Amino acid sequence: MSTVATVPKLQFVAVSKERPVRIAGKLRDEPILHKVSFSLAPGEILCLLGPSGAGKSTILRLANRLEEPTAGRIFLDGQNIASLDVRELRRRVGMVFQVSALLEGTVAENIAFGPQLRQQECDAARYARMVGLGEELLPRPATELSVGQQQRVGIARALANEPEVLLMDEPTSALDVAAARNVLDLIRDLYRQLGLTVVIVTHVLEHARAVADHVVLLVHGSVVEDSPAGEFFTAPRTEIGRRYLAGELQGGEEGPGGSPHGRGN
Amino acid sequence: MADAYIHITFLDLAIALVLVGVAMAISRWQRLDLERDMGIGTVRTFIQLLAVGLILQQIFDADRWYWVLLALAVMISVAGWNAMKRQAGTRRGLFLLMTIAIFLGSVLTLAIVVGVVLRVRPWYQPQYVIPIAGMIIGNAMNGSALAVNRLRSELQLRRAQVEAALALGASSRQAAAPALREGLRAAMMPTVNSMMTVGLVQLPGMMTGQIISGARPADAVRYQIVVMLMIAAATAITTMSAAFQALRIYFTPQHQLAPHLEFGSEWDEYLRQGGRAGKSVL
Repeated sequence: MSTVATVPKLQFVAVSKERPVRIAGKLRDEPILHKVSFSLAPGEILCLLGPSGAGKSTILRLANRLEEPTAGRIFLDGQNIASLDVRELRRRVGMVFQVSALLEGTVAENIAFGPQLRQQECDAARYARMVGLGEELLPRPATELSVGQQQRVGIARALANEPEVLLMDEPTSALDVAAARNVLDLIRDLYRQLGLTVVIVTHVLEHARAVADHVVLLVHGSVVEDSPAGEFFTAPRTEIGRRYLAGELQGGEEGPGGSPHGRGN
Repeated sequence: MADAYIHITFLDLAIALVLVGVAMAISRWQRLDLERDMGIGTVRTFIQLLAVGLILQQIFDADRWYWVLLALAVMISVAGWNAMKRQAGTRRGLFLLMTIAIFLGSVLTLAIVVGVVLRVRPWYQPQYVIPIAGMIIGNAMNGSALAVNRLRSELQLRRAQVEAALALGASSRQAAAPALREGLRAAMMPTVNSMMTVGLVQLPGMMTGQIISGARPADAVRYQIVVMLMIAAATAITTMSAAFQALRIYFTPQHQLAPHLEFGSEWDEYLRQGGRAGKSVL
């Protein structure tokens, strides 16, 4: 496991995010994340847990730079991601979306999309095998597959970029129990085979328990727990963590300190 | 040249008012409640056209290149303004964008038509330049307005796919390619359709005008052919320019969808009141 001397693979330092929200016909900046800090070591699986609306997906979007933080810094291998070429960053930090949002075209074209942007050859069959998709599916229109298969295409597409970090936004939420279980097994296998560092957003505790090394619990945009998985699931440090595990926290719950919308700066 | 056509006097115009009277009578009879608007429309038709006639007459009589250029500049700016007004969401930067696109498409096309096809000498003869420019600019305006409108709605509609492509390392332009294609097709379609049916369904205004003022139909159609081709060229150049420039409005330089894409014109108010999302973008 990680030692003190290792440079974290991915590190958030006091990251805040505000986003305009329409309220009574006017736009107002609403806090989404409040001074979020956490880090994960190379080759770790981190689960971001929390009620819906806690800001989990926003963390992934910031790490992939689909959005910019309002304050704070994010580091990849000790380098501020704001100083990296954004397209190269996105190749290194892959993203799998909740709904796989496949592109027009065949399964093979979807998988090869990333490498082809850089005029690189791509053995789509290899990545299809990796995620357990039969080669006979490669020439099929991607959007005609089942939801579970589409999610696998989404994962294969991200893997074809040979990322170092894989961000997964609720990768199992659109799937039935069996398909979700298969995808979780797949994530564990890939992680072992490829030595990937993985961040998974989920609100299904059972799924987190099945794969996580490390858990960050987010409530109303603030980090409430940041612990090794074993510790979190057996003995959470905070009362909020305990209530979350007991299923008592919902999206509308009051956050820490009674002031969920505390503004950064 | 002797008058080849019949002049319309002010008395004749007054008599023609009977025509709109018929329309208003129908409106009242069927309770369409359009009489008032028809009245205003009639007054505006008179004022606007008489004013334009007066101004054009001055330009024609003066016969100076700078007056012609000034007229073109005004026409292009008004077209850019109109194309901007027809857009949803924030309109920041759109006036300049539309005006530049319309300028590029129409000036290039106009130069070819006036300088090479018709060989008008001197080049600025208002009799040719102004009506031809009017047709080109009008079509370029519609094309650029349609293209940008459609581009924006396609980006909203395909947001998930666009962001998936960006997340895989695509540039804004690569991620927007399908939306861009839809925008350009939508903008070119009216022009293509009119080329299919021209002369069969309706006679174009310019050709009709030429025939009334005494031109032989066989000559008038030649002008119309040139007009159709030049409109196709102007629309293509303008829509391309407008749509590609618009990518810079709907994406950030960091290949992200712009935060204002999901909002309407309330975004401008938000920025005025110091909204922060606009700043982190630039």
